[in-house]
Amino acid sequence: MTLDVTDLRKTYESGDEALKGVDLSVGGSETTAMIGPSGAGKSTFIRCINRLTEPTAGTVELDGTDLTALDDDGLRAARRDIGMIFQEYNLVERLTVMENVLTGRLGYVSAWRAFRRNFPPEDVERAYEILERVGLGDMENKRVDELSGGQRQRVGIARAVVQQPKILLVDEPTSSLDPETSNTVMRLLTEIAAEREVPVLINIHEVDLAVEHADRIVGLHDGEVVFEGLTSELDEGALDRVYRGGDPPASRDATAPGGSTAPGDSTAPGDSTAPGSPSRNGSDSTAADGTADDGSAGDRAVGNGVVSADGRAPDRSTSGGS
Amino acid sequence: MSEADAARSWRRFDRRRRIGRFSAVLVALVAFAVSWRFLDMGVTNVETVPREIRDLLTRMYPPDLAYAPEIVDPLVETIHIAALGTLGALVLAVPVALLAAENTTPNAGTYWLGKLIVTVSRSVNTIVWALIFVVVFGSGPLAGAVAIAFRSVGFLGKLLGEEIEEIDFGQVEAVRAAGASSTQVLLYGVLPQVKPALVGLSVYRWDINVRDSTILGFVGAGGIGVQLFRAVNAFAWQSVATILIVILGVVLVSEGVSASARRMTR
Amino acid sequence: MATEERTWRRPTAFGRREFKWAGYLAVVGFFLWSAWGIGADPARIASGFGRGLTLLGDFFPPDATPRQARRIVDKMVESVAMAMISTVTGIALSVPVAFMAAENLSPRPLYYLNRGFISLSRALNAIIVAILVVKAVGLGPLAGIITITFKTVGFFAKLLAEDLEDIDMGSVDAVRATGASPVQTLAYGVVPQIIPRFAGLSVYRWDINIRTSTVVGIVGAGGIGSVLLTAFNRYSYQYVSAILVAIIAVVLVAEGVSAVVRRRYQ
Repeated sequence: MTLDVTDLRKTYESGDEALKGVDLSVGGSETTAMIGPSGAGKSTFIRCINRLTEPTAGTVELDGTDLTALDDDGLRAARRDIGMIFQEYNLVERLTVMENVLTGRLGYVSAWRAFRRNFPPEDVERAYEILERVGLGDMENKRVDELSGGQRQRVGIARAVVQQPKILLVDEPTSSLDPETSNTVMRLLTEIAAEREVPVLINIHEVDLAVEHADRIVGLHDGEVVFEGLTSELDEGALDRVYRGGDPPASRDATAPGGSTAPGDSTAPGDSTAPGSPSRNGSDSTAADGTADDGSAGDRAVGNGVVSADGRAPDRSTSGGS
Repeated sequence: MSEADAARSWRRFDRRRRIGRFSAVLVALVAFAVSWRFLDMGVTNVETVPREIRDLLTRMYPPDLAYAPEIVDPLVETIHIAALGTLGALVLAVPVALLAAENTTPNAGTYWLGKLIVTVSRSVNTIVWALIFVVVFGSGPLAGAVAIAFRSVGFLGKLLGEEIEEIDFGQVEAVRAAGASSTQVLLYGVLPQVKPALVGLSVYRWDINVRDSTILGFVGAGGIGVQLFRAVNAFAWQSVATILIVILGVVLVSEGVSASARRMTR
Repeated sequence: MATEERTWRRPTAFGRREFKWAGYLAVVGFFLWSAWGIGADPARIASGFGRGLTLLGDFFPPDATPRQARRIVDKMVESVAMAMISTVTGIALSVPVAFMAAENLSPRPLYYLNRGFISLSRALNAIIVAILVVKAVGLGPLAGIITITFKTVGFFAKLLAEDLEDIDMGSVDAVRATGASPVQTLAYGVVPQIIPRFAGLSVYRWDINIRTSTVVGIVGAGGIGSVLLTAFNRYSYQYVSAILVAIIAVVLVAEGVSAVVRRRYQ
């Protein structure tokens, strides 16, 4: 199974160029972490893959199928194979844990069966097994709004995994969690992915978590890939490019992104964090990353008609924000 | 400090707010006076009112309790009208609310269509809707129930639409990302979030509809109003009193049911 | 792994599934009974649908002769004038009623009396009140004014009384402790606490009164309603729709004004 993204571009209606032609391949069963400062386009990139955000140009091929060319029905079918885990969990708060997990099987049942919560027994069995795997064995009838943050993200993982996806997209899974829970969740995520031999693409701004759990790192700066390599290859120079837009060493062929962007540019997270020491960013930059990254993407999402599954925004001014 | 400071005066509000308040009251009083003149009310006209009202109330006492059994059937009919009207309104209001909510409506045209339905429904009083549907369905409670439904669609559609606009779209997105169809997205992403409002608003509107359906009889659309109108026209004031007491009782009961039902759904 | 596949059913709020189904069954049964009770058979609904389309055709386009147009304007102004007067009188009357209906400020018997009055006013639909008042004081706008005033008092005094019950008695006591007279206590301790909502509610009620004043004429209590009823009785449906358009327009303007004023004030 491979995901091939070619020259992906996204320009928002506001004129913001979030992605300026990103190429990326993810395959096998490796875990790829995408790092970068807030506003670099990490969330936009993930959301463009399953077209929660409609890309402006470029192709996204999953096992040779170009997702960007699919119609509504085709896209729905394709989304069944893509598990997604969200920063704010995005669980349906007023439903039970089991209902939330079974949401991952909706693509396979009729609306009527879904309404009656009448899922095939094998789906239910699978859901139970996964709930046990993520450590929520006897929680299936609890309502999600009774759970803690860590428990919610486990439900989020279960919901994505029960889809039996070909790939897992993970958007900032830990930024709403405390450091310890973050670590546990990340470990759980990578372990499950390894057991099921599913490749994972994780957006994450905490560099040390990325280094600890990922096999490969992709650095995004200002909508462009400025680093791509094994975790061990991530050195100070690379971090400098990712977080400060500094000039890349000659060995890299990636062009310097936003050469005019001086070090200390306001988009770089936590200037206090020396780029050379990949320590976890402060919580303030965590928040900033969440709001900024989601702000652009989330705003658009609000405008999408529920009735149109494709995620194209109707031609109205969006309201509410995320 | 200077001399001037010693003689500072103090007013409760700054100048602009005082002028604002003053002019608001002034506008109200002028409107009142102008209207009074326009309607040619005079004063003597009004003087007799308390006596006339007292007269009417005296003639109502004591209520004719022997009349009570005769109003059981019309009363049941009134409750049927309110229930079916609310049910019909609910069925119609869900799509209207989806159209009238900015985040679920497919495009600008459907959005304005939703707003138009809501506005027309809400601006036309139940009794006017009843006049219309009596022409359509003929006299009787069916016209009344449809009138109640048409009146309630706007109310439910508007408030439900506002509720839908408030939902957390992330939850909707997550369901969509799993490959759910549009209907499934509504069932799993939207419905659970608006369900308490849906139940609460329906029960609340049912409560209002019980009150509204007591008047349908005046234009021939069924319910207890038929009996009331008949008694009034026959100057059977003691029977009128009985009917009023019964209406009061039903309204209070439905208000209590509605309040406790809304408290139960969270 | 367990060899047998586990099943899962959504937990029900009813405790047991049997109860749940019994509950659903009862609800469905009730609605069927209602439908039967009001004579909603499919054939009648179908034929009504056809007639409805014909009627809709008769409504368009809205039309009125110059004389009719003048009459619409005349009676519409009468409606608005009635609403203006009754809002002022209603609010004025509801202030003493509210104080007497506030549990913390009023002696027991007076409290129950005024609470009863408020319940009565809220329970009875404006049309019912109008019919009775018309019988007491005769046809015309005076009956409408009395009706709307009565309804306004019920609405306003209830909310005001609740506000009065919620006021911070600490600050009232503080004012009283300075040796203020009862009137001064009211003016400095109570009134400032309720003024902001008072203003918003007044405008809101004015908006409702405009709506009510357009329909009470149907039972002879003045305003545009009488014109509407006459037009209906003469089957001049284009005239009817012209009147309806006028009513909707006035209601929308009132709603807009009320919304703007409330937003600016708060």
